[in-house]
Amino acid sequence: MTDGPDPRHFRPDVVERVPVLAPGHTPASVTDQISAVVLSGTPRWFYPAFGAAFMLLMVLMFALAKLFFEGTGVWGINQPVGWGFAIINFVWWVGIGHAGTLISAILLLLRQDWRTSINRFAEAMTLFAVACAGLFPLIHVGRPWLAYWMLPYPNTMGMWPQFRSPLVWDVFAVSTYAIVSLLFWYVGLIPDLATLRDRSQKPRARILYGMAAMGWRNSAKHWHEHEVASLLLAGLATPLVLSVHSVVSFDFAVGVIPGWHATIFPPYFVAGAIFAGFAMVLTLTIPLRTLFRLEDFITQRHLQNMGKVMLATGLIVVYGYAIEIFTAWYSANPFEWYVVTNRFGGPYKYHYTALIVCNVLAPQALWLRGVRSSAIGLWAVAMFVNVGMWLERFVIVVTSLHRDFLPSSWGMYHGTIWDWATFLGSIGLFLSLLFLFIRFIPMISIFEMRTLLPEARMEERE
Amino acid sequence: MRDHRTRDPKPERDAAASRPAGESSPFWRSLDELAGSDAFLDTLEREFPRQAVPLGEGVDRRRFLQLMGGSLALGGLGACTRQPLETIVPYVRQPEEIVPGKPLYFATAATLGGYATGVLVESHMGRPTKIEGNPQHPASLGATDVLTQASVLDLYDPHRSQAVRHLGRIRTWSAFVDSLATALGAQEGTAGAGLRILTETVTSPTLAAQMDAVRQRFSRARWVQYDPAGRHLARAGARAAFGSWAEVHYDLSRARVILALDCDLLAGEPGSVRYARQFAQWRRVWERREMNRLYAVESTPTPTGTLADHRLRLRPERIEALALALAAEMGLGATPPAGLDRQLGTWARAVAQDLLRHPGESLVVAGEWTSPELHVLAHAMNQRLGNFGSTVHATAPVAAAPSDQIADLAALADDLRQGRVEVLLILGGNPVYDAPADLGFADALRHEEARLRIHYGLVENETSAYCHWHIPATHYLEAWGDARAFDGTVTIQQPLIEPLYGSRSPHELLAIVEGRPGALGYDIVREHWLPQLGSEAAWRRALHEGTVPDTALPAAGAAAGGAVAAAVQRLSERVASPAAEYTLLFRPDPTLWDGRFAGNAWLQECPKPFTKLTWDNALLVSPATARQLGIDEQRTGRNRDRHPMVRVTVGASYLEVPVWITPGQADGAVTLHLGHGRTRGGPVAEGHGFDAYRLRTRQGLWQQRGVSLQPTGEAYALASTQGHFSMENRHLVREATVAEYADNPGFVHAHVHAPDEEMTLYPKWEYAGYAWGMGIDLSSCTGCNACVVACQSENNIAVVGKEQVLAGREMHWLRIDQYFKGPSADEPEGVYNQPVPCMHCETAPCEVVCPVAATVHSDEGLNDMVYNRCVGTRYCSNNCPYKVRRFNFYKFSDWQTESLKLQRNPDVSVRFRGVMEKCTYCVQRINHARIAAGREDRSIADGEIQTACQQACPTGAIVFGDINDASTEVARWKAQPLDYGLLEDVNTRPRTTYMGRIRNPNPELEA
Repeated sequence: MTDGPDPRHFRPDVVERVPVLAPGHTPASVTDQISAVVLSGTPRWFYPAFGAAFMLLMVLMFALAKLFFEGTGVWGINQPVGWGFAIINFVWWVGIGHAGTLISAILLLLRQDWRTSINRFAEAMTLFAVACAGLFPLIHVGRPWLAYWMLPYPNTMGMWPQFRSPLVWDVFAVSTYAIVSLLFWYVGLIPDLATLRDRSQKPRARILYGMAAMGWRNSAKHWHEHEVASLLLAGLATPLVLSVHSVVSFDFAVGVIPGWHATIFPPYFVAGAIFAGFAMVLTLTIPLRTLFRLEDFITQRHLQNMGKVMLATGLIVVYGYAIEIFTAWYSANPFEWYVVTNRFGGPYKYHYTALIVCNVLAPQALWLRGVRSSAIGLWAVAMFVNVGMWLERFVIVVTSLHRDFLPSSWGMYHGTIWDWATFLGSIGLFLSLLFLFIRFIPMISIFEMRTLLPEARMEERE
Repeated sequence: MRDHRTRDPKPERDAAASRPAGESSPFWRSLDELAGSDAFLDTLEREFPRQAVPLGEGVDRRRFLQLMGGSLALGGLGACTRQPLETIVPYVRQPEEIVPGKPLYFATAATLGGYATGVLVESHMGRPTKIEGNPQHPASLGATDVLTQASVLDLYDPHRSQAVRHLGRIRTWSAFVDSLATALGAQEGTAGAGLRILTETVTSPTLAAQMDAVRQRFSRARWVQYDPAGRHLARAGARAAFGSWAEVHYDLSRARVILALDCDLLAGEPGSVRYARQFAQWRRVWERREMNRLYAVESTPTPTGTLADHRLRLRPERIEALALALAAEMGLGATPPAGLDRQLGTWARAVAQDLLRHPGESLVVAGEWTSPELHVLAHAMNQRLGNFGSTVHATAPVAAAPSDQIADLAALADDLRQGRVEVLLILGGNPVYDAPADLGFADALRHEEARLRIHYGLVENETSAYCHWHIPATHYLEAWGDARAFDGTVTIQQPLIEPLYGSRSPHELLAIVEGRPGALGYDIVREHWLPQLGSEAAWRRALHEGTVPDTALPAAGAAAGGAVAAAVQRLSERVASPAAEYTLLFRPDPTLWDGRFAGNAWLQECPKPFTKLTWDNALLVSPATARQLGIDEQRTGRNRDRHPMVRVTVGASYLEVPVWITPGQADGAVTLHLGHGRTRGGPVAEGHGFDAYRLRTRQGLWQQRGVSLQPTGEAYALASTQGHFSMENRHLVREATVAEYADNPGFVHAHVHAPDEEMTLYPKWEYAGYAWGMGIDLSSCTGCNACVVACQSENNIAVVGKEQVLAGREMHWLRIDQYFKGPSADEPEGVYNQPVPCMHCETAPCEVVCPVAATVHSDEGLNDMVYNRCVGTRYCSNNCPYKVRRFNFYKFSDWQTESLKLQRNPDVSVRFRGVMEKCTYCVQRINHARIAAGREDRSIADGEIQTACQQACPTGAIVFGDINDASTEVARWKAQPLDYGLLEDVNTRPRTTYMGRIRNPNPELEA
């Protein structure tokens, strides 16, 4: 205890702050309390909550059936706005899917131990968000039964995808991200699945958890290899956090359409994605933490830190907006400048205003410690950001397309009831997956939480 | 193709409800209707006597099965056609000329208002698929107008009438012949005193001869002609000026100064296709150093006005005042009206001076819509300018029996009401719908004394509902006939196909009245012409060439003398009388004409000039008039397409119509196009737009003074394909005066610079062989839409219906962008037409972004679309700066309707749902030429390939060819400094380029 420098000198943020784990816990109590969420039966609120999510999922199924039966005409897309809700939702979900990997990979590498209690949950959220995102490019095409032509595979046509197209890059970026995220999440789950196997009373659960635990025996060798695998995957995932949304932004930046054709897009999209991802983590964590009484594990510290990340990335996003406007003006390109003025004063000016309120003004509240430390305050800001980031994609996709170069071809875009059904339905898919996750898998990493205990640290130092 | 099933819900009940109550002729088209009909019970009883039980309230299962069975039996009956008498065996010897996969072309003629346009019809294995102009025909010169282009679809219209019907029930042709023969037999006693024949304007010499034969048999029978959009006032004016019926046509190739007084000279007159070609030859400054000058005075914008060097927007009353001022300036004994403002006076003086400076090389034309007096004045001005014999030719009338059609029709209505008509044969036309409202023609037609009323037509329409018999007509591509062009040239119409539904031609029908039933159309026409032509060889040549030589009417000596003073007198009186607040103008619809094309889905969906409206008409009002009415508020968001309605009241009738604010419309004059609001005539025709005929009277054929307009507060959704008519200061159409052009021939490049060719990430394309390119001359495009429909016809482009147009999903590969120029919408300085096909960019933004390589660059520079490979991401369309790509959001093509399958061009794929499509530069035509050239071991010659749009264009504003060969016309165009690429600053390097627009204003008026 007296040897070596006091770690608190290196980590000034820890000083007199709320701890990342409430005091008084032992390894047993940590394990008990977290695994109890899964093992102690279904709480009563679960049924209506899951039922609502499942109904939304059925709305998605119905909307998809309608879409596949009749064609993309059921949506509001047209000439000139060829992309609508589907692409907006895709980018929105991909953005949300950024927080998980950032928390688990980058913060792991940066040794931010406050990440521990939220990383499992954030990773799961990432996976489900990416699943929702991945749905949209597949269903938005005119002939979805041929969407696999975007994959490079040997075929009798002798055709490869067209590798200059950002949509092909998207296919690689998103699928790579999905695979790495899934592996990372699963590898991290193995010790906890073994815990559940060992603690479960029901035979069927023991068999299922046992199979999923892949023979984890808690041996030192297992732990060692687990550690190595986690670090490697973290290393792999780190560049992906930056690359995925950069590539998604190329969908727009590579186009010639004013409002899309901008070099600021990659960093601005990545920041936006992290911004959106943290907002969604907060949106979900705050109620769940109360519902499952996990305040000991997800403490004020976590919420505060996430608020800070949101504020920082939000400011980058604001900078992106500013630079977009500046570049349009500085370029003296009438088409670019028109897009800016059209956003401010055109038919979608209310969307743009709402975007500014949600993404620029609302997060400024996070400068106040009172807001950052208030669960309700944070949750409100996060909701603003969720809406704002969806609006941001709406503004980018729709306002750029609806009035581009030739005034003769200008048009308007409005989502139809089927656009909304698909969008809300995808939230249903997300929530359904999420509810199943929190019901059957420990949503906080048990073994990692144990490493936060004072005794774990003691051993480390001795 | 959703050609004939629109998504606009118009309940059939409307049509049913509009039927006259007293008429016991239930026309059914659906099972629901049928289930309630007495006639069906009647049929059922006779067909299945044992099963005949009274119908109960609803339809139960047994009843349903019985009805189904009955319908099937009846349906089978309807499908019975005569089997050919010949034994059917496979070809032993292949018919001459037929090579499967290679089309044949036959010359014939399409008519409108009686005037023929010579056409060449493309035939694939016996199916006519595409109409082209006949280069040897004087009214065509190889091009056609939009209506002729679309006429091929009428042939295959699934809603064409297919059977002889009596009171709605299918009958045999012989039953009809018997019935008619009996009635005619009864008429013989009175020399046909009770017989009336109503036709449209007839120019056919054969039909006229048949009419003579009919009149020999029935000396007291009357022949009435009526064309709702016919040349009534022009005819009356010519008669007044020349003292007898006369026809006037023009030669624009000699006219240096043209004044059009409310006349759509380049797109709305008989002969306009020819005039447009002649006019355009004066507008190519890079080919011909001098330019003609066009002054247009009009109350509602016309294609002619878009090309005018000076366009004046005036109410019809003030056009007459201006004409008087002009007449005064030219010394025609008129005095300028007292109240003429100075600006108009200056204008009149400058124009008169300009005209007088060009005797024999000038031209004054008055439109059909102007009063006969104004026509007299125009003829007098031409006389004064010495234009007769040079730019103006007066001939004997083209119509076989010119008459005052309105008076004749009124007499017919009167006769019907007085019970003087016993047998009425309506040979084409639709008077119940389109007769002047004050005639009460429908009521007159219902009189009991007319015991036999026969309607002969392509579709069962409003008129057939008032007739006992409906006889299906032949389409002009199905029957023998003949017709005269605007200059009198005769074309013998030869059929391309056997009548699809066994219909008889008008000649065959009239032969029954003549008393020789059973005569064949071929024999009738041939017997008429063979003696005149002299030999079988001459007959064959006439058929082959599409014209009968030396049938153009000779120019008559013209003297437009005495009537001038009277005309001036009447005009002066009218001008002096106070003007009403609003004047309602009627005009034939730019695409539906008088309503006869309302069942043609191509034309319904063809965006009309100046409004780009589809599927509807609207009341065109100027921005100032809209303000006056208090209906000029901006609509935004979802209400963008909802337009305020006004009630237009004429006397005791009124009509509620939506308003379209049209820059360039004269203040106080409001325009309503005819031809919409059909209540019967198939689902495409019915329920679209508003029926202007309800307000049209004999006195106000084209203009009704003193109408009242009241906003109703309601709104109506109008489907326009263009939502924004301002160029937003972007250099899209680049324009200069001829003087500015002389100073700086490269003015088009003054504002926008194309980036350096090397500025691309990807390697440049090399073209060893051909490199296809297109040039479009903005100085001569009138925006007449012929190219748009030609493209649709050639490329199997689907029709989507009003709802989908409202959603922004029209499929036209080629559109004509229209922009108004000027600081305010009140007084637009100009209207610009810009046809926009695919630009086939060298660095195409679409190609780069397609994830599956479905749109690729060909080695000849085409931007090819591979439908089979397309998965439909729509990224290419988003990234297209020109927005020329079209997506099949639904299965827009009609894959089911049999008759429509026949129309399709077999060389072009019919696209499926979910794929992108766009202009291909008519790649199928390129490939045909390549194969032909390859077989002859030569390269494709310039002009050998004509794209569909190019071929149809009356003004020749489109050229196409190999830009790798400097000697081609397109390469010569592109070498001009006037040539520029649209949005070339985006570095797309388009293959389709434009020739900047040149105006030739009068320096005296250019203040």
